[in-house]
Amino acid sequence: MAKRIDATDVDIYYGAFKAVEGVSFAVEPRSVTAFIGPSGCGKSTVLRALNRMHEVIPGAYVEGKITLDGEDIYGSTIDPVNVRRTIGMVFQRPNPFPTMSIYDNVVAGLRLEGKKRSKSDLDAVVEGSLRGANLWDEVKDRLARPGSGLSGGQQQRLCIARAIAIEPQVLLMDEPCSALDPISTLAIEDLIDQLKERFTIVIVTHNMQQAARVSETTAFFNLAGVGKPGKLVEIAPTDVIFSTPTQQATEDYISGRFG
Amino acid sequence: MSELTRDERAESEELLHRALAGARLPRWGIAAAAVGAIALAIILNLTTSVAGVAGTVVVAVLLFLAIQTTWSFRVEGRRHAVDRLATTAVYATFIVALAPLVAVLATVIVKGMSVISSTFLTTSMRNISPRSEGGGLYHALIGTLQQVGIAAMFGVPLGILTAIYLVEYAPFAKSRRLSRAISFFVDVMTGVPSVVVGLFIFTAFVLTLGMERSGFTASLALTILMLPVVVRSTEEMLRIVPRELREASYALGIPKWRTILKIVLPTALGGIVTGAMLAIARVAGETAPLLLTTFLSQSINTNPFKGPQAALPTFIWDQFTSATDASVNRAWGGALVLIVLVMVLYGAAKIIARYTGVKRG
Ligand SMILES: Nc1ncnc2c1ncn2[C@@H]1O[C@H](COP(=O)(O)OP(=O)(O)O)[C@@H](O)[C@H]1O
Ligand SMILES: [Mg+2]
Repeated sequence: MAKRIDATDVDIYYGAFKAVEGVSFAVEPRSVTAFIGPSGCGKSTVLRALNRMHEVIPGAYVEGKITLDGEDIYGSTIDPVNVRRTIGMVFQRPNPFPTMSIYDNVVAGLRLEGKKRSKSDLDAVVEGSLRGANLWDEVKDRLARPGSGLSGGQQQRLCIARAIAIEPQVLLMDEPCSALDPISTLAIEDLIDQLKERFTIVIVTHNMQQAARVSETTAFFNLAGVGKPGKLVEIAPTDVIFSTPTQQATEDYISGRFG
Repeated sequence: MSELTRDERAESEELLHRALAGARLPRWGIAAAAVGAIALAIILNLTTSVAGVAGTVVVAVLLFLAIQTTWSFRVEGRRHAVDRLATTAVYATFIVALAPLVAVLATVIVKGMSVISSTFLTTSMRNISPRSEGGGLYHALIGTLQQVGIAAMFGVPLGILTAIYLVEYAPFAKSRRLSRAISFFVDVMTGVPSVVVGLFIFTAFVLTLGMERSGFTASLALTILMLPVVVRSTEEMLRIVPRELREASYALGIPKWRTILKIVLPTALGGIVTGAMLAIARVAGETAPLLLTTFLSQSINTNPFKGPQAALPTFIWDQFTSATDASVNRAWGGALVLIVLVMVLYGAAKIIARYTGVKRG
């Protein structure tokens, strides 16, 4: 199921502005990789390049090579829609569809794919995904209610359920807990621990304890200066990054000397 | 504390209260000022050159402002006086703005109700002379429903599709020339007087293409008139749908066109429907272009593609210019029916939007 990602010498642009330069790394299957670094260094930009979400912004494009199990996802014959089905994404702010019930939110990806599915199939997907997102017990009696009526933490877990309902192989999470209270944050971290059995996970986080708790590998991004492109400073097993980083900048950031 | 007598304690509470609350006008102050102002205005009306209802009302309002402000200034101080002055000014402006609207509605309802009957709603003006009572606007109602219906059938989808292009696709186009041109023409169309649009349709379709004047040619003129309104209102509504929702949909591997159809449009539906209804309501009352494109008719014509067709606005205009008591009354009846029609459409749109759009927890 889970797949590996390799990025080689990736540059990412917003129109004429080069936001990220020369990034290369590998993400192992069934592992959690954390992206850390100061604001504006391009963590979200790199993450969004991994499932071709970057190009939905007018003028934005990616150079370099990104492969999923060896297949170039920016190849000329590749349909970005299929890439996004294979590499799902959870955003910083919970964003359930406001016109849909909890049930419809979970199956939105399946329904809008266009294939007809039976009611019992959908029911099974809803229960499975909500259980997978640790939300089933809280919402099983109100599946027909609007998703926007849930608390922030529940909405974020609903968005995770929605993302895993289409059975992606990789799950990208962009600061999924930064809008949540500590209890909901713990719930999501527990969830990430379970999800990594099935998915390859890449998570952007501002919280270094969180990176240390949930990830096996940590990538530190930094910015040479204002207006300059962000770069990947180093990527290594999380315990190495947090104990004996090779770069001074990493050590400074982790020990709180800047950022 | 315990050494204070009950009276002393009450007095200290009173002092504290006054320090916090400050002196205020008594509750009956505003009423008293109003009564005084009205009384003074009436006396002035009787003894000086202040005359007429309108004049007296204006004088009373000014007197009320003066009395209330001065009194408040003496008792409560500057801040409260200014506050009261501003509050009164806001209410007065509100009433001034609302008065014409209420007056128009009331006149239309009172005068219109006097001629509304089942005959009025179900017969035409065929063989009825302007001077005689009776007759009706069935032919005009049919005409308006068909003409506006056809115009909406063209104008609403075309307008929504144009707006979708401008908001969802134009930013990704290689060059912005097309979207700039569309925006420019939409702006120009908003500004073109409706009579010119009527003239254009008459020249292009009747004179040049040789079509006959009919309800359909009228609908074409109405389509052009409603297009810019639909485009602009839909555009605004699509722009306020958060980018996060579109991205959430793309991230689920939902193609762009389905995202627009199933996520963006439903989210913006309430506003889009309201905008479309306002456009329809606007063209339902257009008179000049109809005179040029279908002219008048006194009889029922249920075929919008053949021969002149009546419509409510032209019916009102025709009856009013006949200038007999009976025909002017019929004009008011037509006005009432037109207003009710617009209100019904508006109400229906609100209900549709309510049950299909964003769900509220
Ligand atoms: N939509 C956008 N258009 C133009 N520039 C952008 C856009 N989004 C982000 N950027 C720029 O790209 C750089 C990296 O941003 P981002 O990836 O959001 O950083 P991070 O997630 O690490 O805080 C920043 O300089 C930011 O200003
Ligand atoms: Mg970010």
